[in-house]
Amino acid sequence: MAMSRPPSDVHKDSSQVRQKRMIADHFARLARASESGARCVYTFVPGNLTELLLAFDALPVLPEINALQSGMRGKSAEYIAVAEKAGHSEDVCTYVKCDIGMLKSGNVGPTGERLPPPDLLLLSYTGCFTFMKWFELLREEYSCPVVMLHVPYQGEGRITDAMRRYVVDQLREKVIPALEKATGRPYDEDRLRAALALSARAEDDFVWVLQSARNVPSPIDAYFGGVYYIGPIFTSFRGTPEAVDYYKELRAEVEERLRSGRGPVTPDGEASEERYRVVVEGPPNWTSFREFWKMFADEGAVVVASTYTKVGGLYDTGFRHDPARPLETLADYCLGCYTNLSLPSRVDLLSAYVRDYRADGFLVHSVKSCNSFSAGQLLMLREVEGRSGRPGGFIESDLVDPRYFSAANLKNRLESYFQMLDQKRPRSAP
Amino acid sequence: MTPLIRCAVGIDLGSTTTKAVILDEDGTILGRGITNSRSNYETACRVTLTEALINARFSLIAAGLGKAGLEKERQARLLADLEGRFRLQQYLGQLRALREAIDRAGDAARADATIAAATCAILDRMKEEAPALYAAGARRKSDFFRDLAGSRYVQLAEESGRAGGARFDALVGRFDKAILKVENDPAAAGSFEDHVLAAVLEMPDREPALEAAARRVMQVDLRQVATVGTGYGRARLPFPEGCIRSEILCHGLGAHALFAGTRTVLDIGGQDTKAIQVDDQGIVTSFQMNDRCAAGCGRYLGYIADEMNLGVHELGPLACQSSRPVRINSTCTVFAGAELRERLSLGERREDILAGLHRAIILRAMSLLARSGGVRDEFTFTGGVARNPAAVAALQTLVLENYGAMTTNISPDSIYTGALGAALFALRDARRAAA
Repeated sequence: MAMSRPPSDVHKDSSQVRQKRMIADHFARLARASESGARCVYTFVPGNLTELLLAFDALPVLPEINALQSGMRGKSAEYIAVAEKAGHSEDVCTYVKCDIGMLKSGNVGPTGERLPPPDLLLLSYTGCFTFMKWFELLREEYSCPVVMLHVPYQGEGRITDAMRRYVVDQLREKVIPALEKATGRPYDEDRLRAALALSARAEDDFVWVLQSARNVPSPIDAYFGGVYYIGPIFTSFRGTPEAVDYYKELRAEVEERLRSGRGPVTPDGEASEERYRVVVEGPPNWTSFREFWKMFADEGAVVVASTYTKVGGLYDTGFRHDPARPLETLADYCLGCYTNLSLPSRVDLLSAYVRDYRADGFLVHSVKSCNSFSAGQLLMLREVEGRSGRPGGFIESDLVDPRYFSAANLKNRLESYFQMLDQKRPRSAP
Repeated sequence: MTPLIRCAVGIDLGSTTTKAVILDEDGTILGRGITNSRSNYETACRVTLTEALINARFSLIAAGLGKAGLEKERQARLLADLEGRFRLQQYLGQLRALREAIDRAGDAARADATIAAATCAILDRMKEEAPALYAAGARRKSDFFRDLAGSRYVQLAEESGRAGGARFDALVGRFDKAILKVENDPAAAGSFEDHVLAAVLEMPDREPALEAAARRVMQVDLRQVATVGTGYGRARLPFPEGCIRSEILCHGLGAHALFAGTRTVLDIGGQDTKAIQVDDQGIVTSFQMNDRCAAGCGRYLGYIADEMNLGVHELGPLACQSSRPVRINSTCTVFAGAELRERLSLGERREDILAGLHRAIILRAMSLLARSGGVRDEFTFTGGVARNPAAVAALQTLVLENYGAMTTNISPDSIYTGALGAALFALRDARRAAA
């Protein structure tokens, strides 16, 4: 679950152009893997161990990202149909079906080049139940080894020493040996430490960018813009110098935006007026991403904080990768991903966002085919409403199945929601 | 000097019907209008507004007559007689327009003397029968010309077909082509001024006060000073963006205006169901709508009515006769149709099946209510389905079972709730502009 390249007609800052180039280079490296002899490891966004993979010179492939990019490229309907024909029911996670369909259709990635098969499936289990089934399916397709990192759920809302030890032990005893075997290289902790140091630098700038939305008006949209900002750090670039440069450039752009009092970029250029500040829970819809975004932008609604931009790592509450404790820090990272948080912790985080980012309200975008994260969202809504005193809204569609995106209904509900926010403002009844 | 009344207008463009409410400067409801929405929202808007303006003038006549010191009963009788005669004139006007539209349509049927003669005979017969439709105490299945004239035309066309005359499908085809022109043209029915005086003058019980009131009202300038549109078609309303409000807000405010104690509103319309929580000012605090599926909405009942060959207004009363409601689980409209036929073939009684179907749609609404924050006292039920007694009964039972006893409000005019809310917003706009 994470970001993608923007649709071609969206305004691009130079950081976006840079990111696009980074992604293109990465897919080119993947396409050449069979000639270059590079090893490929498929893994998930939440709990990804990118720095560790880099230490083994392994190239990460993230099936969730491929699925959402297929959604944005208008390919997901076709891929989902292929997967359904292969026996996957209508209610299965559409990321899974989209990925399986893409695989069955030649495994051509977003840049038009073929993706290499995995040398290892690194199953980081971080809160999403479907991950296990997903890689079970891929294991059948590719007949390749799987190594599972079981990350215990933060049921009590905190990370205990036992949890950390449990993850570190698995890293040492299962994951690292599996990577050594798959790549034929020995584990080099110094390389890991060097990558982790770079991660922390990028994370500082990344958090600064996210928190810039505390300004009124906000210089960024932390959801529709945010999905681009999380790109490098959530995927194959955490721990690389490219990511450090990307976030440095992004931060400079946002600093400049803030200095000159400019609002966030929208599909139709810069936002002229910030009429509503909202916090959003849940991933966006990818098949109609731009249309969905416009439903907010047209109303002057700016998303000032989102939980989706925390699924691949929760940094704004203080966590940074720490080169001094390489495996422990990876464990803390995995344990701390938003997907691994309990419902009360998610409520705490959302309530804090509503308060700290001075939001007028918050919205849940619930995903039809996602049982892991949709469960409990209505309860969260009521709870956050009660605590923050701000009105909540609830909309539903899907990640990459276009059949579940009903534009008229969503627009209708969003308009109603924004007008409700208006009505609830003191002395501004419409 | 022409008497002037400044009006605020609210228009609710629903998927099935379009409603208009006209308020005077004090917020008193002057008139209401309703028409079927068709595919053309602009026309629906024009037609329903025309209706509401006529209705407003009738309210003004009633108010004028009220000052004449007549006995209440006589007043009511006079007004009903006047309105019946007025509606009859409108119907006859539309029937004339229908005949012209059929004649003008360049279809092959025109060349066929049998079909032309049969059409003519049907229309003559409908004209003859018209006065009975609007006689005192007459019951009409619908007030829309399309429904009223259409059902009779189809019956007569069937008779003609059965009797070996002109073919049924050829006759009905002619009607289908012509009806749109007629219903989209409010002028076909004629204006208030065209008919009202004639209607007063032909009344056997001539009442000078009524005539005076009618003459006075004809002079009144009903000036729209503000209009707010809402509903499903609101993006296509022929009004500027600032004059468009969310239907959620309109329903919340409308329900508050009807019943000031309202805290929870359930609206079941043609294609959506809304559960709305409001505060003591009618301001919406949270809401839920049906999302990816429209099962359990008003259209469901429309479909069931078609399947059973009944009018949609007949469903509720029939279901109320049930003594052993059948348990129906599916709220999928299409599956419900299949279940209905299956149950009928098993010998279940129609009323018992219908009672089960009503309960099924209310169960779906209950889930939406739960999602919106539950049902709080007072509870107001609005939308077209609130006029259905079986739906109301099922809702009351389920609310009692799940949330305990509370006041449930249903206005006979609940279908206008959204338009009323919109009109109230329009009134606020007008007052703000004046200030």
